[in-house]
Amino acid sequence: MKRMTGAELTIRLLERQGITCIAGIPGGTNLPLYDALSRSTRIRHVLARHEQGAGFIAQGMARSSGCPAVFFATSGPGATNTLTSLADAKMDSIPIICITGQVSCPMIGTDAFQEVDIYGMSVPVTKHNYLARTVEELLHIIPEAFSIASSDRPGPVLIDIPKDVQMGMLEIAELPLAGMPEAPVAPDPALIRKAADLINAAQCPMLLLGGGANHPGTAAIALSLVEGCGIPAAMSLRGLGIIPLEHALSLGMLGMHGARSTNMLLEECDLLIVVGARFDDRATGRIDCFCPNAKVIHIDTDASEVGKLRAVEAGIIADARLTLEALLPFLGMKRRKPWLDRVACLKATHGMAVKDSDNPCSPYGIIRCVASLMDSSAIIATDVGQHQMRVAQVFPFTRPRQWLTSGGLGTMGFGLPAAIGAALQHPEATVLCFSGDGSLLMNIQELATAAEQQANVKIILSNNGGLGLVQQQQELFFGGRIFASEYTGVVDFPSIARGFGIPAINLNLSRTPEKDLEKALHSRGPCLVEVNIRAEDKVFPMVPPGAANIEMIEGECHV
Amino acid sequence: MSDATATKTLVTLRLTVNNHPGVMSHVCGLFARRAYNLEGILVTPINGGSTCNVWLMINEDGRMNQVVSQVSKLHDILDVRVEETDENVFERLSACLEFAPVVAV
Ligand SMILES: Cc1ncc(C[n+]2csc(CCOP(=O)(O)OP(=O)(O)O)c2C)c(N)n1
Repeated sequence: MKRMTGAELTIRLLERQGITCIAGIPGGTNLPLYDALSRSTRIRHVLARHEQGAGFIAQGMARSSGCPAVFFATSGPGATNTLTSLADAKMDSIPIICITGQVSCPMIGTDAFQEVDIYGMSVPVTKHNYLARTVEELLHIIPEAFSIASSDRPGPVLIDIPKDVQMGMLEIAELPLAGMPEAPVAPDPALIRKAADLINAAQCPMLLLGGGANHPGTAAIALSLVEGCGIPAAMSLRGLGIIPLEHALSLGMLGMHGARSTNMLLEECDLLIVVGARFDDRATGRIDCFCPNAKVIHIDTDASEVGKLRAVEAGIIADARLTLEALLPFLGMKRRKPWLDRVACLKATHGMAVKDSDNPCSPYGIIRCVASLMDSSAIIATDVGQHQMRVAQVFPFTRPRQWLTSGGLGTMGFGLPAAIGAALQHPEATVLCFSGDGSLLMNIQELATAAEQQANVKIILSNNGGLGLVQQQQELFFGGRIFASEYTGVVDFPSIARGFGIPAINLNLSRTPEKDLEKALHSRGPCLVEVNIRAEDKVFPMVPPGAANIEMIEGECHV
Repeated sequence: MSDATATKTLVTLRLTVNNHPGVMSHVCGLFARRAYNLEGILVTPINGGSTCNVWLMINEDGRMNQVVSQVSKLHDILDVRVEETDENVFERLSACLEFAPVVAV
């Protein structure tokens, strides 16, 4: 028999789950947990500077590894600060586990100091949540939380643990088994045959790969499908990296800021094979005009996604990798020469144009110059705005899980802490964080965490003195009335970075920008590289919100 | 809740759920967030109180499949059934309640 407190039990169970790093911030109601954590030899704590930062650090670990990551917050304000990162993880199906302290059970419901109903508040932004009412419950809650977070369609789980439960004593003979993801669901063989018939009969088939396929095993099979059967693939924002951008049959991102050629080809395809994507409105444009000629095969592990927004000819509710593996043997290598010629032709005439690609002080040039200095081990995080869309358009991603971006929620402030999390998870890798001046300010306090951890994060700041993507919308759709989206106060970002102990350069002020950029990227530890760009430079092509994907602005012809 | 009850078909969903203090906030929260119309709720404990039957009266507005598949995803929901019978639990219940004595508090 072993005697331990609820807090000690929690830490032991986290150790058994293989957790080695937890980001968080202590406070009154989670101090027993922190005290137990201080005695752990296996788990390292990373002190974030804001609980939202801690949540995104956990996301950076989870997104880059595919495994659940944990973060801690105290009750009250600590707990409410976690909500944005949980909502973000819910939208993008990221397995993170948030453990919050709560006031002691007898005080719940009395408006005690720093009491909030985080259980109630987190219901709509988590896959599942718990309020542990006894020490014994922790024995099943913690393994179950890991299993839920990582099974089927992953997602965030919150566990609220009152202080008296953390301090309560328990005697146990043996710890429960670690919680594991449930076995992936295999596809129905009849549906596989139906889908194979549809694919074999198609003249102009296309793949649409989303976040649900952005895993190494699934990506490898998807690539064999693309190459073996000659099927071109578009990717959603969260699917980028599954097929390398430079592959002849990769069409890059579809939708609002996709290449015109990609949206045109989707218009023409007669079969769309959707794998782990959910017909988000930014991807489809006006849904009733999306792929008007196409039959649809939808492969998703979440039954509620299939048929939610688009009727399907074959809906396969199963694991993406198992489904593609089952499909492959039924598919003949079919030379669809006219279709592939059309793909090559449109890519050449209406593909993504990269302006000033070798000027590191231009909006697209900075991205391409940084990319040319990186190898495929680099991890790329972004914030939200024009800079994010530009990276999505032109960064030559080569592998799954290389790209960390806030897709469904579009959260400014995601980039820096997510990049720190990825760097903690992969200490050997270089992690890029493309950001804008608006977004970087939203979690800039995490520069302190980056410096303290010496995280190998390279912040590439495209400073346009305002909220670029907002200005773009105001200019195009609100009669050019730029309002509340320009910063009149100028922030000296390099000085701020240095104030946190992080080296920084501004490329516009450098006489040898290429050389300085290379030096910054290739020295170890965090650094900030700033370029000044103009807010008037828009991200094109663009589908106006609510329009069909073929009604794009710009991107007509780039030959 | 909606006031368009009269024009639409009402369907009853029967859920079997784990009985704990938070389970109703999961069910009701899902309906609110996805803007599904909920016209009536009845909860009765079963199995000595470890689980409950939750009866939901819903306006069928063509989204029944979505409602069922979203509700099925909730971890504490053990079973979801669309009740086929005409004479549903809500009608039987209101018939009983009309004759029940009113107790002042
Ligand atoms: C937390 C949050 N608040 C507001 C928005 C709305 N929004 C989307 S893009 C954007 C501007 C982003 O500006 P910046 O980070 O400087 O990037 P830029 O577009 O200039 O590249 C805003 C305000 C958001 N996505 N997230």
